[in-house]
Amino acid sequence: MHIEIDEIAKTFGSTTALQPVSLAIPSGALVALLGPSGSGKTTLLRILGGLEFPTSGRVLFDGQDATGLTVQERRAGFVFQSYALFRHMTVFENIAYGLRARPRRSRPPHAEIERRVTKLLELIQLPQIADRYPSQLSGGQRQRVALARALAIEPRMLLLDEPFGALDARVRKELRQGLREIHDTTGLTTVFVTHDQDEAMELADLVVVMSMGRIEQVGRPQDIRARPATPFVREFIEA
Amino acid sequence: MFDGSPEDHFPVPAARTSAWRPVTQESPLVRAVLIAVALGGLAILVVAPLIVVFAEALAKGAGEALRSLAKPEALSAIRLTLIVAAITVPLNAIFGIAAAWTITKFDFRGKAFLITLIDLPFSISPVVAGLALVLLFGTNSLIGGWLVAQNFPIIFALPGIVLASIFVTFPFVARELIPVMIEQGRAEEEAALTLGASGWRVFLTVTLPNIKWALLYGVLLCNARAMGEFGAVAVVSGKIRGQTATMPITIEMMYNEYFSVAAFSLATVLALLGLLTLALKTLLEWRHADQLAATRRH
Repeated sequence: MHIEIDEIAKTFGSTTALQPVSLAIPSGALVALLGPSGSGKTTLLRILGGLEFPTSGRVLFDGQDATGLTVQERRAGFVFQSYALFRHMTVFENIAYGLRARPRRSRPPHAEIERRVTKLLELIQLPQIADRYPSQLSGGQRQRVALARALAIEPRMLLLDEPFGALDARVRKELRQGLREIHDTTGLTTVFVTHDQDEAMELADLVVVMSMGRIEQVGRPQDIRARPATPFVREFIEA
Repeated sequence: MFDGSPEDHFPVPAARTSAWRPVTQESPLVRAVLIAVALGGLAILVVAPLIVVFAEALAKGAGEALRSLAKPEALSAIRLTLIVAAITVPLNAIFGIAAAWTITKFDFRGKAFLITLIDLPFSISPVVAGLALVLLFGTNSLIGGWLVAQNFPIIFALPGIVLASIFVTFPFVARELIPVMIEQGRAEEEAALTLGASGWRVFLTVTLPNIKWALLYGVLLCNARAMGEFGAVAVVSGKIRGQTATMPITIEMMYNEYFSVAAFSLATVLALLGLLTLALKTLLEWRHADQLAATRRH
């Protein structure tokens, strides 16, 4: 799905989280929103997912105005920073949650839900953990379960907030590859937020560098590395 | 004075390998004293009074105690107290959840004021609360007069007792829930919303299961307090024997009239109701220990 951000701005009380920003995300792209904390990248991601509403501006999905769509109507697969798995549910119930939450007429029958959850567990290469609780999983396993739970609703896009933030360096590298593979198999337009320039440069097709609520530069990783547009970008990617 | 080696001023103690223990653990003597103080305090302040109450109730034999409980005055008090608790506790559970939800899941002006307001019943004497209700709903007041004319009196009747109990026990559920809900944050609810769940479904399937233990504690405390409330109820009830006298009030009246067996028998029942809720809580905790451990923290 093609996403277009048209002059989106967001203020919280008297603080400005986002200056009016515009950005076009091509269908099927893997995009990184890169910037230090407070740069507005998470706010932008949450606006895309419908968890936050912009003060002004529009969001377009495939050319259609989606600004007023509720979080449920957006059908965005969202992976949260600390994964936000439902702690009182097993891995199976976590992944099945979105399917079971559908209105009765579009809810798949029980056998179908079981089939899909099993398939997703295979996709994230954790077929054995269906009956475990989140507290019994490692950080990397939790992240993959969160990804499977987001994919279960057959989302129109995948939004990830610092998906590797809570993991140690070795697992991080491994899961980057995992996300790339899942993106390539599903073909979903994917946007992830990160403050780690290596992660953004290595993983994304398109990197959006942000600072102080502004977009500093948008480009392919090699272009940003070769020609940083502003002193901020040069400093940030060299750090 | 300063010419010596540092060891002169800061003597390094010799390693005591024989008495090794974890750094957070006190010596056996200190431990024994602390445990003795705690147990002694409990024995004097909690266990002894309970035993005295039971002993006084049974002073003239179990038959006499049971006969005093079978009197209409005692039965009516027990019934009234249970009715008041049965109305008060569910209402305050709903109010408490609503207040905790509003405070922890939304940002708005006057939030600090609302939190202070929830604590108000803890800081105001129940007698004052009862008097306020009398002023507001008494026969001489505008609202009270009208309600009496409609044949729905509040003061010296069940509604007044319920209102007083609700006021006094209002903070219990909210106070239990707020810290738990703050600690859990909003992320799980947000996740459920992105997965397509409606607000009501999120509440039932995510919020409620996450707060159920805190809610249970709050409800049990609220229940114990609602059954035991004296001050506020004493003011609004008018202490009409057999009609508006709850268990604590009936106990006081009986005691003042030197019916000590009757007073202490009823007190025993009240204490047993409290112990019953405590036992219920322990039983639930014990039955669901594994689940409790799993849902506490990641």
